[in-house]
Amino acid sequence: MEFKFSEENLQKIEQILKKYPTKQAAVMPVLYIAQEQNGWISKEVMIETASVLEMNEEDVFGVATFYTMYHKKEMGKNHIQVCTNVSCMLRGGYQIYDAVKEKLGLDNGEVSTDKKFSLEEVECMGSCGTAPMIAVNEDYFENLDKEKALQILDSLN
Amino acid sequence: MEKIVLPEIENFHQLDVYLQNGGYEAAKSAFKQTTDQIIDTVKKSGLRGRGGAAFSAGLKWSFMPKNNDKPKYLCVNGDESEPGSFKDRQILERNPHQLIEGTIIACYAIGAKSAYIYVRGEYHKWIKLLQKALDDAYEKGFVGEKMKETFATDFMCNIYVHKGAGAYICGEESALMNSIEGQRGYPRIKPPFPAQNGLWGNPTTINNVETITNIPPIIKKGWEWFSAIGEPKHPGTILFGVSGHVNNPGVFELPSGTLLTDIIYKYAGGVIGDKKIKCVIPGGSSMPPLRGDQLEGVKMDAESLKAVGSAIGTGGVMVMDEDTDLVRVLARIAKFYYHESCGQCTPCREGTGWMLKILNRIVRGEGTKKDIDLLVTIAKNIEGNTVCALGDAAAWPVKFMIERFRVEFEAIVKDEVSLEPKNKVHSMRKTANPIAPVQV
Repeated sequence: MEFKFSEENLQKIEQILKKYPTKQAAVMPVLYIAQEQNGWISKEVMIETASVLEMNEEDVFGVATFYTMYHKKEMGKNHIQVCTNVSCMLRGGYQIYDAVKEKLGLDNGEVSTDKKFSLEEVECMGSCGTAPMIAVNEDYFENLDKEKALQILDSLN
Repeated sequence: MEKIVLPEIENFHQLDVYLQNGGYEAAKSAFKQTTDQIIDTVKKSGLRGRGGAAFSAGLKWSFMPKNNDKPKYLCVNGDESEPGSFKDRQILERNPHQLIEGTIIACYAIGAKSAYIYVRGEYHKWIKLLQKALDDAYEKGFVGEKMKETFATDFMCNIYVHKGAGAYICGEESALMNSIEGQRGYPRIKPPFPAQNGLWGNPTTINNVETITNIPPIIKKGWEWFSAIGEPKHPGTILFGVSGHVNNPGVFELPSGTLLTDIIYKYAGGVIGDKKIKCVIPGGSSMPPLRGDQLEGVKMDAESLKAVGSAIGTGGVMVMDEDTDLVRVLARIAKFYYHESCGQCTPCREGTGWMLKILNRIVRGEGTKKDIDLLVTIAKNIEGNTVCALGDAAAWPVKFMIERFRVEFEAIVKDEVSLEPKNKVHSMRKTANPIAPVQV
């Protein structure tokens, strides 16, 4: 699918470029903008990003694939991230993860067929003091147990 | 006890409240001093980095070249991704202006005209809070071109927020710089050190968010005041983030040298269900764990923890009670480092994967006694053989967990190793059994 930055986003990119002495330095924020517009980072997005920032396509590809927060495939409308790292694990992170897996019928990295949900087992999100946690897209939900986590899933549409 | 980094004042994150409580006064007085005076004050204060290495902040600043036409940069490291560490997020939420003020003073001291505050990508909410505070500071003329007028000085600097994208390794200072430059977050070989060759090849200083937030009070109240707080060799307060099996987890700002047992029992409310403690990791997942019987009298500062065979790290205290399955915990820690290894150096890229495989095998009950020694061998071969400290961070938990809790591992492994290859195709396994004698 073809990808072009919207006029509004091109203006945003102009502003971002002012923050850095080189164009390449803007690649991370620009990929975020692209992901917001397109939902995920496709090959076309990388090619267009490279042309906007006058970078080599392979360098953009390198960056997009290195960082886990750039989705290299289309994710669900609600991207569920469950932390299972030690602090969460000690307080029941895996129970939540298993319950969420079962409820959504998804495994790590999978997307539901209706594109409503996707699931990711994530590394420490910095919620150790309020563990266990899940994140839905950009929002944190903390101090959970299995029931609360499932309630959150129910409340999503 | 006075709080330096997280004052208990309502709405302190708002600019007007911050100003009412003497906000940006430290920056004002800083611009009346020479840069050497400021660096000297910070040096004498004894402030040590709060990001893990506990290096003297003033000394780090003094490494920046003086007579050099190249542009200079400051990076403020808020990538905190170390499991068990969640302190910087409190600063971003509750005290962003002190961080910004500290950044201004640091920029002035080292001569940087641009500063990048690197915050981990998952912290969407906290990035917005920081950006809001920064916008307010710009508007009131504390940052940017207008600060010349506000502070009656020739100096000006810009502060930018750079959002990470989910790579633990970018908390390593040279990887962080590569990330800002728009590259993969690969750590660089040192030397050259950032003070000589940092962002875009220019002199650069990287400080942790908590370190920078300590700067304004030091400038305001003087180094004598700061150096008298807590342990003389590692003065000031430290944000201790307590997590795991405690009744009242959270971040506590306490003087350095506070007893670990006080942090757990007095501040974090003790262990859930009054159980005994089996293991405590005192400074984030990569620091050597301590056994329950090693905790008595342990003070929380860099020197004291070193003396008992661990390290202060980021001050993330993870408490595990007597029923914790430490083999599973170690397997989970190993999984983290396997996931986060950037893949640049072979010992770390391959070794983290091997350690995870072996640990998973042990967890499944298919491990043998020799697997335990094999883990230690691998850990020792990663440690010190990589470009950055992630290799050590992956090796230490394995090495020390086995050293200090060997019984736990021996309890679930089989005694004899079967040399019969499971898969006949890979007959190499018969001859290439990679077990070396290990001293533990």
